[in-house]
Amino acid sequence: MSVKAKKRKGPTTTKVKEERKVPEVKLIPVYIMGKRYEVPEGLTLMKAMEYAGYRFIRGCGCRGGTCGACGTVYRKPGDYKLQVALACQKTVEPDMYVTQIPFFPANRAQYEFAELTSAPEEVFKLYPELFRCVACNACTKACPQGIQVMDAISALKQGNIAEASRISFECIQCGLCTSRCFGELAQYHMFQLARRIYGARILPRAEHLAEMVKAINEGKYDDILNELKRVKKDELEKLYREREEEPVTAGEDWKPRDTTYL
Amino acid sequence: MSLAYYPGCTLKTKAKNLEEPAIASMEVLGFKLEEITRWNCCGAVHSLADDDLIHQVAPVRNLIRTTEQGKNKLVTLCSFCFNTLKRANLLMKADTEKRNTINSFMDDEIDYSGEVKVIHLLEVLRDEIGWEALAQKVKLPLRDLKVAPYYGCMLLRPREVAMDSVENPGILRKLVETVGATSVDFPESTRCCGSYQIISDPGVISAYAWNILSSALSYGAEALVLTCPLCAYDLGQGQEELVKKRAEFKGMPIFYFTQLLALALGLDHQVCHFELNYGNPESLLREKNLLP
Repeated sequence: MSVKAKKRKGPTTTKVKEERKVPEVKLIPVYIMGKRYEVPEGLTLMKAMEYAGYRFIRGCGCRGGTCGACGTVYRKPGDYKLQVALACQKTVEPDMYVTQIPFFPANRAQYEFAELTSAPEEVFKLYPELFRCVACNACTKACPQGIQVMDAISALKQGNIAEASRISFECIQCGLCTSRCFGELAQYHMFQLARRIYGARILPRAEHLAEMVKAINEGKYDDILNELKRVKKDELEKLYREREEEPVTAGEDWKPRDTTYL
Repeated sequence: MSLAYYPGCTLKTKAKNLEEPAIASMEVLGFKLEEITRWNCCGAVHSLADDDLIHQVAPVRNLIRTTEQGKNKLVTLCSFCFNTLKRANLLMKADTEKRNTINSFMDDEIDYSGEVKVIHLLEVLRDEIGWEALAQKVKLPLRDLKVAPYYGCMLLRPREVAMDSVENPGILRKLVETVGATSVDFPESTRCCGSYQIISDPGVISAYAWNILSSALSYGAEALVLTCPLCAYDLGQGQEELVKKRAEFKGMPIFYFTQLLALALGLDHQVCHFELNYGNPESLLREKNLLP
């Protein structure tokens, strides 16, 4: 270890230091919750807020654009349009006005999932406010994921749970749609219900899985597993190393040499 | 021939028995009802407040979808959808100021100024196919069936959207006669069914239903034929109470016009989904030897 460390610290060290000159950082003005800050160009909104002194103990989630915790609204100078983004994904632009909306209070229905069927009326009963939608499309414009939110709401009204579930598949539950809704719908909770019903009640079951579970329960693999349990460590390692693997290029009809347990 | 078609939400849930026989019948008649994509609710009720433009957004958006998809004519089946879409279209055509407000609000869509013609399937039967040509396609004339045409409000009111004479309509009568049944005219055929009062005051619905049904009965009708899922629902729910309250009233089957059409064109009765109708319309049809 020490040799390696020495090698690293060798003659290249000074060169690296020379190259690592601190580049000149261009600072740009942004308005966070209405207050002006100068932050380095190229930062994400979240980093910019942290640079400005905000400390996130919530509302920062995964920092990878998939958890939906950092929904953010902003406006650019001279534009009446409200823009949306995830604070961890969007980079700062000069003079933008930014505020994060990490949570938005929304009606979330309580239900006993085991009692729900795949009937469209299940959604109507739990979320009757669905029918307050006037098709203004503000929800779609507010989606940082680019989901056609209003189309998914229309699908629910039409009783098409599968379609609502398909359209809303990439929803990360940030709640920005709900924050903009004229009819006070909680779109993202409705979609979650739709996807749950779709997954559990509409999507076809994988029948071979049930068959396999049954075979396991009936002891199809008991003997071979017990045999393996008795094997010594060295022997087990040998067996593992010499096991037959399915080639990456194998087609669907590939079979191992030993088909006893297929 | 393909026709751009707007189904409406109810036809996808409670009123499949209106939609499915329509699609199947039109195919027999050489027309493909092609559902426009990405449609939303029609708005359900036309807003009567003059400055309530937000409730025009839903119907107008559907008309924009139709234009986007290269169509300038849109066929409807549900009376309410027909009414809201056609009225919103008239507004976009005639009122420049409101049109501009709506278009500028919907800045995510193309501008629209009423280019789409909104029609009802009954108008396709009358104007594009014609009663005589339709009569030629009838394989199972609905002989001996005495049906009273019930229009309700939305096909005929207000005058500027009416598809037929407001005072003395005949389009459903022509259809009933063309499919070989006997049409029973009755004075209550354009009376309101009670509409959405079923939500706020369900008690009044059976009174409305009794006015309509007792009148049709007294003129000798065995069933009603209509076009509107809300009329079908109200007259069905209203009957439920009447049957309990009035010993002399045994209930009256209610058909969608598309069900009678499909049956007469010789289509498999499964496509009519009679199981979704109020009561048991199948027993009447069996009585007349119209069902196996």
